Amino acid sequence: MLRSSLRQVSAALKEGRVTPTELCQRCLALIKSTKFLNAYITVTEETALKQAEESEKRRKRGQPLGILDGIPIAVKDNFNTAGIETTCASNMLKGYISPYNATVVQKLLDQGAVLLGKTNLDEFAMGSGSTDGVFGPVRNPWSYSKQYKEKSVPKSHSEDEEYNWVITGGSSGGSAAAVSSFTCFAALGSDTGGSTRNPAAHCGVVGLKPTYGLISRHGLIPLVNSMDVPGILTRCVDDAAVLLGSLAGHDPKDSTTIQDDFKPFELPDLPDVSKLSIGIPKEYHAPGLSSEILSLWSKAADLFKNAGAKVVEVSLPHTRYSIVCYHVLCTAEVASNMARFDGLEYGHRSDVKDSTESMYAATRREGFNDVVRGRILSGNYFLLKQNYEKYFVKAQKVRRLIANDFGKVFGSGVDILLTPTTLSDAVPYTEFIQEDNRTRSAQDDILTQAANMAGLPAINVPTALSERGLPVGLQFIGRSFQEKQLLTVAKWFEKQVQFPVIQLEEAERHDNGVFQHQKSASFS
Amino acid sequence: MAAVLAMVARGCGGVWRRLRQRCAVRPGSGPFPRGERAVACNARGGMMSAGKSGLTPWIPVVGLEIHAQISSNSKLFSGSQVQFAAPPNSLVSFFDASLPGTLPVLNRRCVEAAVMTGLALNCHINKKSLFDRKHYFYADLPAGYQITQQRVPIAVNGSLSYSLCIDNKMSQMVTKTVRIKQIQLEQDSGKSLHDDARSQTLVDLNRAGVGLMELVMEPDMCCGEEAAAAVRELQLILQTLGSSQAVMAEGQLRVDANVSVHHPGEPYGVRTEVKNINSIRFLAKAVDYEIQRQIEELGNGGTISNETRAFDSKLGCTVPMRDKEGKQDYRFMPEPNLPPLILYDAKSLPANMNHQQVINIDWIRERLPDLPSVKREKLVEQYGILPEHSFTLLVWQQDQNCNSRHSNEDGLPEFFENVVKQTQMKPKKVIGWILNDLLSYLKQHSLTVKESPVSSFLLADLLNLLEKKEISSTAAKQVLAELWKGKGKTPLETVKEQKLELLQDQKELEQICQAVIDGQENEVMAIKAGNQKVLNKLIGLVQKKTQGRSNPVLVKQLLEKKLSE
Repeated sequence: MLRSSLRQVSAALKEGRVTPTELCQRCLALIKSTKFLNAYITVTEETALKQAEESEKRRKRGQPLGILDGIPIAVKDNFNTAGIETTCASNMLKGYISPYNATVVQKLLDQGAVLLGKTNLDEFAMGSGSTDGVFGPVRNPWSYSKQYKEKSVPKSHSEDEEYNWVITGGSSGGSAAAVSSFTCFAALGSDTGGSTRNPAAHCGVVGLKPTYGLISRHGLIPLVNSMDVPGILTRCVDDAAVLLGSLAGHDPKDSTTIQDDFKPFELPDLPDVSKLSIGIPKEYHAPGLSSEILSLWSKAADLFKNAGAKVVEVSLPHTRYSIVCYHVLCTAEVASNMARFDGLEYGHRSDVKDSTESMYAATRREGFNDVVRGRILSGNYFLLKQNYEKYFVKAQKVRRLIANDFGKVFGSGVDILLTPTTLSDAVPYTEFIQEDNRTRSAQDDILTQAANMAGLPAINVPTALSERGLPVGLQFIGRSFQEKQLLTVAKWFEKQVQFPVIQLEEAERHDNGVFQHQKSASFS
Repeated sequence: MAAVLAMVARGCGGVWRRLRQRCAVRPGSGPFPRGERAVACNARGGMMSAGKSGLTPWIPVVGLEIHAQISSNSKLFSGSQVQFAAPPNSLVSFFDASLPGTLPVLNRRCVEAAVMTGLALNCHINKKSLFDRKHYFYADLPAGYQITQQRVPIAVNGSLSYSLCIDNKMSQMVTKTVRIKQIQLEQDSGKSLHDDARSQTLVDLNRAGVGLMELVMEPDMCCGEEAAAAVRELQLILQTLGSSQAVMAEGQLRVDANVSVHHPGEPYGVRTEVKNINSIRFLAKAVDYEIQRQIEELGNGGTISNETRAFDSKLGCTVPMRDKEGKQDYRFMPEPNLPPLILYDAKSLPANMNHQQVINIDWIRERLPDLPSVKREKLVEQYGILPEHSFTLLVWQQDQNCNSRHSNEDGLPEFFENVVKQTQMKPKKVIGWILNDLLSYLKQHSLTVKESPVSSFLLADLLNLLEKKEISSTAAKQVLAELWKGKGKTPLETVKEQKLELLQDQKELEQICQAVIDGQENEVMAIKAGNQKVLNKLIGLVQKKTQGRSNPVLVKQLLEKKLSE
């Protein structure tokens, strides 16, 4: 039951095979027994059970609020949740309880979803490993899977297991791990440079970054306002479409959302890709791309070819400038966005009281980690009057060129782009932290970042397991606001590759429990 | 009124120079001891010659940066109410307090106010304008940046015409024009209250995020009077439009002055920025002080540094402001959460567009009210009153708005027009009663026109009695004094009660005249010796005896007749 998809479990709820409370309790129990993953910063057991109870009443009355009613979900801890701590995995906001719900959170709650908790991330979503938050790194559930254990070098000591666990990717690693380990049926992430798709790829789940402006950012604590998009993490493409349908649309509180109405859609059961043109951008054959992934990518292209689709090599020549350009734009906005954390209105405030300025300085030094402070520093440098033209304006121009590249390709008749999501499978934590955050982010965002520059929708679809038994995903990038086409292709591909289910001892144990419970319940 | 007139009346010209050297400026002594004003007034704008002293003349250059708080129900980017003097921090939305994750949503009313103002100031309205972030750390700026329009403001290239008097003479008014560089929309900051005793700062965010229009005037002015007159006219325009209440005392209109001096033919001098000016009167003082200070500083071989100075209204001088952070780099950046602000006109308005969602410049243009200059022209044209009287009518209306907070309704011009409509008296005569009697009474009692105990109807009634020669003007004043008490009596009832009707009995009047002549031998001698002026004294005495009930013209005739007998 816990391992089924959102749509399946929703059907089970509808048919009364399981109640929202039972489902919620099972998830909470699994969260407890997978605590070592560190996927959640806050588990909202009490409110979740209350919400489940409410859902149960509605379902009993035969008046559910929709497909999400009673479905346990998790939300990345950079979305505001009224009455529930919102920390951004930072000392700055530790203990901060927001007075309002982010629009996306409100929408989920309004549709009866049960919020289990807030998931872990890199501090203020700055990172690609989910290793740089004050609550510690998130562990990839696949580290504990039968598949990984079997393939990795034989070990006898538990110490080795401690040594070998791999990262989730980031920065929405907590959300990806939560969905991957079956503790919830869907989770919200955020995606600025790949923060939803990257951990989705490493954790073997679907990660959708919708078109910029399709989903409200109101209540999402910003990283880069002009690129941030709430992300959707689910077990399958159909579920992503369900979530998208419940979240998308104009929000009067976010002036950057589009005015047009969004019509939720269902994906065809038997998608047809034969009339499509799939573009393979050659620049995504980037240095450092593992041979495994390269061959998967090529096999995927063949799948489309064999299905009758046109597969063409395309060029996005400015993609290679994307990372350096992102570095300037991101840090500049970070410098600006972080200016509000001064210890006055909310959040951490230092005890240093010599002067207002010294209080600011101490507050910010104590509240932010090195990564955040580093980005603030470089961002302010790029925004200095003497540097603005040289860096910021230039980066904006390059950004336009990057976006134009996509425009040209899509204008030439290509429908969807197919690329890898990551350069390799997930690396062990010990290896990951050998490099600093900046270097890591630069490498890890390389295949995902350009879509954010251009505001395009993109999705990671889990594709296969690597030689080490870890998930590898491929990315589809679509035209702006053409989510339906993008997801249709993704669903078709998902069906072709039959990505294996993670074999996780804890989840299996809990899930059997549900079935036993089911049995006894039905016999009583 | 006196204060206002005196201010406008000083006037000045384009060139200043040091006439009297070493006019010592000490704190407390005031910058311009009487009779020592080192100002060469030349209101016609011509250049003064270097003069006999041989000193090179100085040309002062004055530009203004004005922040006008937009009169709107809610703030520029949030739904919080806008209200002066509300309990601290009672009008603060999550966005105003910069809670993480909140986003700005532009207030349509504020945009319309800026467009209206731009149109009224002959600006080009940019159909596409942009918002930027201006960064600096300050306790009353919760986000650490202000959202403003640095790159492309909503309105540019306008002009403002204003009038001022020459050489103290109300009758000699000149009209000047100052160019408006731009009008930009931006957020107001909160307020910091420094509690030095407990060494803490208290922050009130009620004002944080209120919409401002920043108006940048080109340095086309050259003295305090010009700056003051320009701001006064701007104030009047804003109040007429209703785009700002523009009350300086409440901080709805904040004026910073950029001042420099240079020699003719030379580039502009280094300028200083004078802040902390909270009335129009102080604006004139601050600018003149700063000009004089710079002239003296340079004259003494010193230099002017590009600094910010504060006007100290108690000392009447400008002092350098404590430079807290040295040179600020505001690190401007486009505001990523607001799309470009797009305005339409009749031509560009897309079909099938929801009119609630777009702002049509032409639509706003068609609905602009009569601007003060037009109103004044109409008053002069329609009623034949003097231009300076039309100024007084409107200026006083403006002062009124400071108290009543009702712009453009039931003001002094309307009162005047209502009286004119209801009386046979000529408007030219009516205006005297309005400007002298009504105004001085209202001022004395700090009343608005609306609050006047004497309505336009009552005043017209009274003036009709006067016009029909049923009472003398002295008696009319007495009646008015009675009417102010607001006892609900008509002028006619008051006249009857107090027996103020003109003496119709010629014999009685003749007797009174005779009695006055008999009692004033010296005066009679003087008149007979040819000093006709003394006759007025006798007329006055007759008036006194009749308690103002005699017709002065008739009295004069009678006296003359009797004296020539």
